[in-house]
Amino acid sequence: MFFDASILFQIAGIGIIVALIHTILKQMGKEEIAQFATLIGFIIVLIIVINGLSDLFQQIKSVFLF
Amino acid sequence: MDILQIVILGIIASILYIILKQINASFAFILILITGIIIFMSIINQIGVIFQLIHTLGQKANVQGMYLETILKIIGIAYIAELGASLTKEAGLGAVAKNIELAGKIFILLLAVPIITAVIEAIISFLPAS
Repeated sequence: MFFDASILFQIAGIGIIVALIHTILKQMGKEEIAQFATLIGFIIVLIIVINGLSDLFQQIKSVFLF
Repeated sequence: MDILQIVILGIIASILYIILKQINASFAFILILITGIIIFMSIINQIGVIFQLIHTLGQKANVQGMYLETILKIIGIAYIAELGASLTKEAGLGAVAKNIELAGKIFILLLAVPIITAVIEAIISFLPAS
């Protein structure tokens, strides 16, 4: 369940680290690998968010009597 | 969750959003989304308690179950439409946000059709038959 705020710091941390990896890989001249790293980080975060969103919609469905 | 915790959560989320917006805009948007999810998940149990109270009051007043159910569904649709519209507007899609609001209004009207019909039938039955 999503009752704690640790998921917030998790997403912020993933975002900062992915941006760092992107910058380093771009400095090394590997542009396409940097793009892939950003994409993978985004997918990981998206999975977390979609789990939370489905949880939220289930709760709304059960509370608001749909 | 306590109200103080929710307020502090909002402040922390806005600080993280300001930091993250300059680095990576898409992650910042997801941060907003997850903040909304956390806050709503923490208050949904209390909403359930309030709805149980409304149900008990309705049963004591002999209100038909259909009407209360419709009202709760309308509140749910209004909340979900508001959430989606504000998130979409935050992402910069104002036109889509307006369309979501319109869809919410349409569905609310659609749910209210039986109640409106009942009201009109009651009014017609009050009229003297000529």
